[in-house]
Order: sequence, then C-alpha cells, then structure tokens
Amino acid sequence: MAAEKRVTFRSPWLPWALLAPQLVVIALFFFWPAGQALVQSLQQSDAFGTSVQWVGLENFRNLWNDETYLASFATTAVFSVLVASLGLSLSLLLAVFADRVVKVSGLYRTLLVWPYAVAPAVAGVLWLFMFAPSVGIVSYLLREWGFEWNHLLNGNHAMALIVMAAVWKQIAYNFLFFLAGLQSIPKSLIEAAAIDGATPWRRFWTIQFPLLSPTTFFLLVINVIYVFLDTFAIVDAATSGGPGKETAILVYKLYYDAFKAMDLGASAAQSVVLMFIVVIFTVIQFRFVEKKVNY
Amino acid sequence: MVERRPILGILAHVVLILGVLIVALPVYITFVASTHANEAIIHPPMPLTPGSHMIENYTAVLTGTQEGGGSKAMVGRMMLVSLVTALVIAIGKIAISLLSAFAIVYFRFPFRMFFFWAIFVTLMLPVEVRIAPTYKVVSDLGMLNTYAGLTVPLIASATATFLFRQFFLTVPDELTEASRIDGAGPLRFFWDVLVPLSRTSIAALFVIQFIYGWNQYLWPLLVTTSEDMYPVVIGIKRMISGGDAQTEWGAVMATAMLAMIPPALVVLLMQRWFVKGLVDTEK
Repeated sequence: MAAEKRVTFRSPWLPWALLAPQLVVIALFFFWPAGQALVQSLQQSDAFGTSVQWVGLENFRNLWNDETYLASFATTAVFSVLVASLGLSLSLLLAVFADRVVKVSGLYRTLLVWPYAVAPAVAGVLWLFMFAPSVGIVSYLLREWGFEWNHLLNGNHAMALIVMAAVWKQIAYNFLFFLAGLQSIPKSLIEAAAIDGATPWRRFWTIQFPLLSPTTFFLLVINVIYVFLDTFAIVDAATSGGPGKETAILVYKLYYDAFKAMDLGASAAQSVVLMFIVVIFTVIQFRFVEKKVNY
Repeated sequence: MVERRPILGILAHVVLILGVLIVALPVYITFVASTHANEAIIHPPMPLTPGSHMIENYTAVLTGTQEGGGSKAMVGRMMLVSLVTALVIAIGKIAISLLSAFAIVYFRFPFRMFFFWAIFVTLMLPVEVRIAPTYKVVSDLGMLNTYAGLTVPLIASATATFLFRQFFLTVPDELTEASRIDGAGPLRFFWDVLVPLSRTSIAALFVIQFIYGWNQYLWPLLVTTSEDMYPVVIGIKRMISGGDAQTEWGAVMATAMLAMIPPALVVLLMQRWFVKGLVDTEK
C-alpha cells in the first residue's frame, strides 16, 4: 500500500475548505483549552478570577503535597488493577469456552456483547439499585446471609460496587477481542498438540495463551485507559466519589476541584498531570501494540 | 473442535449460560423494578417477577408526571435530546472526518502532514483532561444549554480521520484517473466514488459513534443546566434523590430501560458493523 497517492487533484483553495471544519473544532475546543490548562497550571487566581499571578510550579508542588490527591492516585491505581484483572480473566474464560462451542459461538456472542451499548452512568445506576443498602435485592440477600453491606459507609464496599459495574460494562468489549484473537489461532497448531496427547488445559497454557499475549496486552492498555477516563460516569452515578473521598478517582477529583471547589490552579495542574498520563498510554498503545496485534 | 470431549462441551455451555445470565441479571432486575409500584420495591425483598405497573411507570416518566423527591423532567423530551445529540455527533464526526481525510490524501498543499498530525494528536486530549478550559470556551461562545454546545466540541475525530485516510490510500488510482477522464471534478469524485466505496466503514463508525454520543455523561453534565436540555443519561442521575427510600425507583428504572434500548438496538441490529467498527477504530 502506497503511503502517498500518485494521482491527485489540484486546487488552490479546496483542500483548505475541506479541512476547515475539523481544524476549527480542534483549534477551538482542543488546542486552545489544552493550552489554557497549561498556562493556568502555572498561575493562581482567587475564586472570582479577579486577580491572577504567576506562581511557577507551585500548583504542582501543592498537588504533590496534597494527601487527597495522592490518595486519589492510589484509588485510581487500585481501581484499574481490579477492573483490568477481573475483567480480562472473566472475559477470557468466556471467550475460551465460546471458542470451543464453534457452532453456536455467534449466538453467545450476541448474548454477551450488548452491555457495550449501556451508558457507564446507567451501568452505575443499575448496580447501585441492586446494592442500595435499604432497598437493593442483593444487599437484602447479603443481610439474610449475615453480611452487612453498606457502600455509603464502607469504602471497600463502595470500591467493590464500582469495580463490579465497570467490569460488567467492559466484559463485552474484552470478550469480542479475545474471541477474535482465539479464532485467528491456526487450528493446525491445536490439532498437532492434541495428536501429541496434550490435554485442553495444557494446550491452553502452552499454545493459546502465549499466542493471545498481544491481544491481552492491547486489552490491558485499553482497560486502564477506560478506567482512567470513562469510569467517571460510573463513579458519579454509583457513589459520587464517596464515602468521604474513598472512590474519588483522578477525573472525579479534577471535576470536583474545577466545578465544586472552584480551584482553577489546582484543577489545571491536575489536567496537565492527566494529559501527561494519557500521552504515555497513547504512546504505549501505538508504539508497542499496533504492529503486534493480529486479528 | 479438535477432539470429542462431551464433558468439556457441557462444561463450556454451563459456563457460557452462567455468564449470559450474570450479564443479563442487572438488566432483568431493572426491568422487573420498572414494572412495579414504588411500595413494592421499597420494602425488600422486591418481587422477582414483572408486576402490573409497567404502563403507569413508563407513561409517568415519559410525560414527567412521576412522584418522588427527584427531578421530574419529561423523559420523552430527554430521549429526543439524546437522539438528536447522538445523531449529530455520529454524523458530524463522520462528515468532517471524510472531508479532512479526502483533503489530506487527494491534494498536495503546504503543511499537509502537519495538519494530519494535529488532528491525530487530539487523540491524547480527551475531554476529561481539559474540562474546565473547554467549558470556559463553550460558555464564552454562549453555547451552554444548546445542541451546539452538546455536540460541536465532541465532533472532531482523530480515529475516524485516520481510518478514512487508511481506506482512501487503498482505493486504486485508476478510479481517480477514470473519473478525471470522464470529466469529474474533485467534489464529484468524492461524492460519487469515494463516499459510496466507504459505505461499510461509514456504517461501522456510525454504530460506534452513535453509542459514544448517546452515552456521553461528563460533557452534558457541564454544559446543560436547564432540564429541557438534559440527555436521558443525565436525567436518570438527577431522579435519584438523597435517600434510597425517597427515590421513586420504579420511575428511575423505567427511565434506565428507556435509556438502554436505543443504543442496545443499534448494537444488536447492526452487530456485523459494530464488530467491524470496534476492531477498526481501536487498531
């Protein structure tokens, strides 16, 4: 595939006109705000925006010394590890079995992919309803079995709640990619191992799992990005960052500081930190993943 | 299957059916709750079979006449806002990305690759990392509580532009030459040759972007303050008031069902394009 066209059109103005809509949108709503965030992260202003002064890296130093911010980092890290590990293992399990039942794997796929369409905020509400301490059906059953569930008071329960909602929402996506990955492994490899007497269990660990590693790594990156950016809605709908700040992930804290606490300097500095994290993930995704994943 | 192992086959079905049931459980409970009067729900355990209040609950939320302490905005109106938003975002993203990709692939002009990379870099600037300044721009432009404010800041698309560029590069040059000989100008060629050829990519992107647009949460949360511009996803959260007991759960759950149906239908009815879209946009 050529990287350039041999045959092109000529016009002094048309390409600019064609590009204009996209360029206007990205300049106005992407680059200008991102630049603003960079500038504001080096400034401090009062809540009414009447006085602004340059403070160098002080906002970043404050963040570094802010225990709630470091706690928010830890919360996000725990949340991503739990969501990625649980989500990936459950969907891999389902995909391996769906790959086995060749004839009806399409049917199972249909029955498993639709949670992808559910809005994260709605997912948060569904799980909140099942686990609502006084009315939820699951919290009722847990109480019957002697387990007092209350995610409004207990931070671990709150974390468990958002992990379940986030994993539930993401299983469809992981499942589709694992199934596609498994189906692209040549059958001859598996047959050869079977003839040599390898059990399905052994074949999985010595053939399928290693060959899936590009898919697994790709999904790992995507899942971590998902937790960092897209789970804001789940957290806001299910726990509002509570109890206390126990489930306040980075984006939630950023939103809170910018729109509730009105602390522009701190929120801009958090924006810059988050941008930096996203850049690292995107580079990892394209540098190490793109070329190695096969479908 | 490689060899015959009936027990493993049965185990596979058992695990898969369990998986399907667990995945479906939250939605089943939501559906059941949406068919009961509030009294049945707030005294646990709630019933596990559908009740008789389905029509009441759904008409109440659609027309905004439900009881309870939360927001009483009309869900019918919210569904409309969500639909318009999702369609404008999906179609807008596809349209401006098709145009940009066409310009970048089929013309030679200064800073061509610079613009391509500028569009590509927006991938690293999701709305979550620049919410406060973006909100400021939109509010300075007077776009709060408008469809423009809900949609325009989200319609730039690095992935779609990238995808169409990759696709256009595979279109044979002979087609371009042939249309030129037939006297077609660039726009004619774009509209009559390139766009029809891109149909499957367009359908795949449409599914993904429609769901993306319908499910937006953080952005509408910032730019809509008046109830008649709430998308349904925001509306649900506003209906849950303080305590568990004051919330009109039947109404909330009916709204949740209504919010899930359109994107779920799009995924199920367009499953082939949906899978293609996911695989294409992520690699």
